[in-house]
Amino acid sequence: MLELALKGSKRYYGWIAFLLVVIGIGSTALIDQWMNGLKITGMSRDVSWGFYISQFTYLVGLAASGVMIVLPNYFHSYKTNKHMVIFGEFMAIAACIMCLLFIVVDIGQPTRMMNMIFHPTPNSILFWDMIVLNGYLFLNLLVGWTCLQADRQHLPHPKWLKPFIYTSIIWAFSIHTVTAFLYQGLPGRHYWLTAILAARFLASAFCSGPAILLLVMMLTEKFTTFKMAKNAVKTLVKIIAYAMCVNMFFFALEIFTSFYSNIPGHMHPIVYLFSHATPGLVTLMWVFIAFAAIAITLLVTPRFRNNYKLLPWTLGILIIATWIDKGLGLLIGGFNPTPFETVTTYWPTLKELMVSMMVYAVGALVVTVLFKIATEVKEEVGHSQTLPCGCSSEDTCECAPEAE
Amino acid sequence: MKNNRRAFIKLAGIAAAGLAVAPKALASSGGHSPVSVNPKAVHAKHWAMVIDTTKLHTAEEIDKLAAVCHHIHNVPKIEGKKEVKWLWHDTYGHSFPEQENPHLAEEVHHRVFPLLCNHCENPPCVRVCPTKATFQRPDGIVAMDYHRCIGCRYCMAGCPYGSRSFNWGEPRLGLDVTKLNPEFPTRMRGVVEKCNFCVERLAVGQQPACVEASEGAMFFGDLKDPDSEVRKVLREKFTIRRKPSAGTEPSVYYII
Ligand code: SF4
Ligand code: SF4
Ligand code: SF4
Repeated sequence: MLELALKGSKRYYGWIAFLLVVIGIGSTALIDQWMNGLKITGMSRDVSWGFYISQFTYLVGLAASGVMIVLPNYFHSYKTNKHMVIFGEFMAIAACIMCLLFIVVDIGQPTRMMNMIFHPTPNSILFWDMIVLNGYLFLNLLVGWTCLQADRQHLPHPKWLKPFIYTSIIWAFSIHTVTAFLYQGLPGRHYWLTAILAARFLASAFCSGPAILLLVMMLTEKFTTFKMAKNAVKTLVKIIAYAMCVNMFFFALEIFTSFYSNIPGHMHPIVYLFSHATPGLVTLMWVFIAFAAIAITLLVTPRFRNNYKLLPWTLGILIIATWIDKGLGLLIGGFNPTPFETVTTYWPTLKELMVSMMVYAVGALVVTVLFKIATEVKEEVGHSQTLPCGCSSEDTCECAPEAE
Repeated sequence: MKNNRRAFIKLAGIAAAGLAVAPKALASSGGHSPVSVNPKAVHAKHWAMVIDTTKLHTAEEIDKLAAVCHHIHNVPKIEGKKEVKWLWHDTYGHSFPEQENPHLAEEVHHRVFPLLCNHCENPPCVRVCPTKATFQRPDGIVAMDYHRCIGCRYCMAGCPYGSRSFNWGEPRLGLDVTKLNPEFPTRMRGVVEKCNFCVERLAVGQQPACVEASEGAMFFGDLKDPDSEVRKVLREKFTIRRKPSAGTEPSVYYII
């Protein structure tokens, strides 16, 4: 099926070329890092993880979130999602690849990476993280590819695949739990030392991940003949709404525990992030709170939730909010205050951002190619195509486009 | 020309490192090569250190010890927040953040304290290391294999005492090549390092360099031996350890 990715419109090739250029530009910073070491980053003795690891953390959420489409389909026989499952799986593949790349660019001696396999160390969570990430990547490749191939040949999905699908659903929860454990079990890092961290990670993943997926799907609709079924979108938006509420509820629990208990170690990171950090970071943290509030308001109000003109903005706001919280604040808050109760500020350098941009561009490239293949197959077999009225061929269309 | 050659050597180095990993890894996971132990080596069930901060508490005194340690271990001098240090000094509040109070005895408040790796009995840095590059020896010393470290810096996030440093750039640029100690290796960039309780000196029957240079302000010995000097001091003097709440059981004790 790979050949489907090779023929495309001028615009498709233009986009691919653009991504390749971005990757090329970013790789100059990476080569610099290989030549000179991680000193080109803003990390330090006190803040030993930075932007790379925080992006990794955020993207594990994206990888895990595909399950929010897959699970209803297989566990609840919610067949409306049927034709979107493949996109969730393909998104997970891209996210896993980005996660692995972020780890590779973050380590100081990438040539020794295989030491993790030659000297397996089950007491290290990083070892398990490697296992679950690679496992999840493999499962999604296997399931996604096999299902799509079967679809293309108008065959039912093979029976032997079932156990892999169910495993992959459970596995999705595990990847984000294990990633949370990476942070959660460290003494002396109060912001992370909380039993609810894994739950927070999952809640945040299950709102931000589907939101990103939905935005990408909307773009896909623009450029292809694919059309999401209305009910599938509705369900997904509801899932996003619930997960975001839970996410912010968990955050509130952290605030209560820290401040009612009045334990300095637990209060310091929060006080730091929301008032003592650099003005830029403090502003961002408050933007997180404001955007989270706006996103929740828009999502829980049916009138706004069902307004598909507004929806992309709502999703965008939600993604920004969760990204600031998990892709930035979580990491910086964990390292500040330092073990000496002092503060060493951290901010990514331009080169660090360039390398990250490169990894994101690789991810975008993988998504583009995989989604291209998927939409081509869907077009071939006539699944979920746009009808002249704008509905999906999966909808029961009464053809009053605004009708609920 | 020169630059090209340097770049080439670097690249060749990277390639060679890649090739070198596989056979080495296989070899080290197998049997043990015959080694003969230095008969003069000193042994203990659990090494521990006691620091008498009533005798050793000025920045100059501590910096002198740090200079000795950093010299014999070829620790690079790097300024700023990417620094590498094995032994250093800090204030009471920074050294014992949980045990501070606003009305601390003035004299203690003005002291500074020598800080180093605590060689914890229950070390989180060992727990989190994915390659066993950080490991605990049977005698309690938390040691590092700089050749195995992949530079993930998980151990730095795990250590609640900030005892570890990472070589963000080429460490040899921070060394005076005319004053290297040929008995101890230098490090490459991209690996973590820290105080090793002078295992290389214990192996030939010597005391840790800082202890030797401290003129009686530091004690080193077997914590499990009731007759050892450290136990004697611990019996007689009031001591505290850093961050007891972290549950790591540091092996470095401070007489206040
Ligand atoms: S002080 Fe830190 S680096 Fe040293 S043994 Fe304890 S946890 Fe490990
Ligand atoms: S940086 Fe090196 S010593 Fe530290 S956890 Fe990673 S592999 Fe282990
Ligand atoms: S015990 Fe040895 S390595 Fe550790 S600080 Fe003292 S001199 Fe340095």
